[in-house]
Amino acid sequence: MDAIAFSKRDNVATAIKDLKKGQTVTVMLGEEKIVVELLEDVPFGHKFALVDIPQSTQIFKYGEPIGIATRDIRKGEYVHVHNVAGQRGVRGHRS
Amino acid sequence: MKVKGFLRPDGKVGFRNHFLVIPTVICATRTAEEIASNFPNVVYLHNQHGCNHMKDDERKVVNVLKGMALNPNVAGVLFVGLGCETVPTRQIFESVRESGKPAECLIIQEEGGTLRTIEKGVRTLQKMMEEYETKQVEVDLSAVTVAIECGGSDTTSGIASNPVVGYVADKLVDMGATVVFSETTEIIGAEHILARRAVNEEVAKKLLELVSRCEKNALAGGEDIRGVNPTPGNIRGGLTTLEEKSLGAIYKAGTRPIKGVLEYAESIPAGGLYFMDSPGHDVESVTGMVAGGAQIVFFTTGRGTPTGCPIAPVIKITANARTYSKMSDNIDVDVSEVLEGKLTIQQAGERLFAKLIEVLNGKLTKSEMLKHHEFGIYLTQPTL
Repeated sequence: MDAIAFSKRDNVATAIKDLKKGQTVTVMLGEEKIVVELLEDVPFGHKFALVDIPQSTQIFKYGEPIGIATRDIRKGEYVHVHNVAGQRGVRGHRS
Repeated sequence: MKVKGFLRPDGKVGFRNHFLVIPTVICATRTAEEIASNFPNVVYLHNQHGCNHMKDDERKVVNVLKGMALNPNVAGVLFVGLGCETVPTRQIFESVRESGKPAECLIIQEEGGTLRTIEKGVRTLQKMMEEYETKQVEVDLSAVTVAIECGGSDTTSGIASNPVVGYVADKLVDMGATVVFSETTEIIGAEHILARRAVNEEVAKKLLELVSRCEKNALAGGEDIRGVNPTPGNIRGGLTTLEEKSLGAIYKAGTRPIKGVLEYAESIPAGGLYFMDSPGHDVESVTGMVAGGAQIVFFTTGRGTPTGCPIAPVIKITANARTYSKMSDNIDVDVSEVLEGKLTIQQAGERLFAKLIEVLNGKLTKSEMLKHHEFGIYLTQPTL
């Protein structure tokens, strides 16, 4: 197994090992099998898109929204702070 | 399901049989430590407080000291006060004695100093243990209150160990047991989801108010919690937003309705899932839930945290295989096979549930074997 998703509502999966661009990954979601070809490297613990996610759409992990896509994200693309913004509170480190 | 426990005079059931020395103030802590050191099975609280508190903090200190004494894992208590502390030592002692639990109280200034108090304390405890009749009974698992904590988190916590604990939390609630989780700072960003799980409007409102109070207190101290989470370390680990971090944290509390929201160290009602106000600080958070009546603690950790509790077994769980191999001295249950696809969340949950039953029936946890007896009280006001 390479990645984990938690709910049928999830549109991202979490890598449980370092994954490479071009790799074909199978994510099990209950009985359902989702096959994704990665468009970018995805490090351990980071996320990638399970489907095409249009800009301004909510990102779902654990079956709940964790933020909004700040631009169109294609299936297999790396999903992180460069293309997702939180809706509750703004990150602003003082350092 | 049946487990073995110790029946207390107030009808509650403990899963350990500790005699406990409670110094009500820091000035009595050294004396309490020395009294406890005379017996292999007597524990004490390493209390650093008990004097010159403002009102809210004094209430917390009193609730913690009383709560630890009343916890069903405790068979008998010896209170040690100095005599001029601001917490009401005798009042706390009397209220514990009223519960029917064997309790005694010594005041150092009245006994004539440290050595005389130690001598009398040792004799008092020995007599208490001699006279105590152990009543071990078979009880239903619904008699247990499990506290749930996460500390030293990493990316494996939210995706595996917290969901595994959440599975067991649901199972326990369904069996009529009580589950309590805490750490107000760790639910910010997911409080709306927890509020939706509240059994009624009042509970939902209290939960949201608690989060708002916590944020305001932090802001008054110059810290914007929404502005500092996720931390740069969290982001490097793959967490993108505050919501994502908090969702991973609340996974450990399962999916059942939240029956009530409790103040720090408040007594936990029986049956169902509760949330208690506490900081993210593991020791202070665990202390609050155990003072509320929890007899056992599930503690998930990604990086490996050794802390325990003087009177409650703490079961440490990790889903990080590297942490388990490096910290196996301290970790009881390894669920890293979930991440290798060899074990489902449910299978790992059943493994943890089996461990819980074993520990309730008397098997020691790693933190118990190593005498990790950390104790800390969550205070929010200046000391006077």
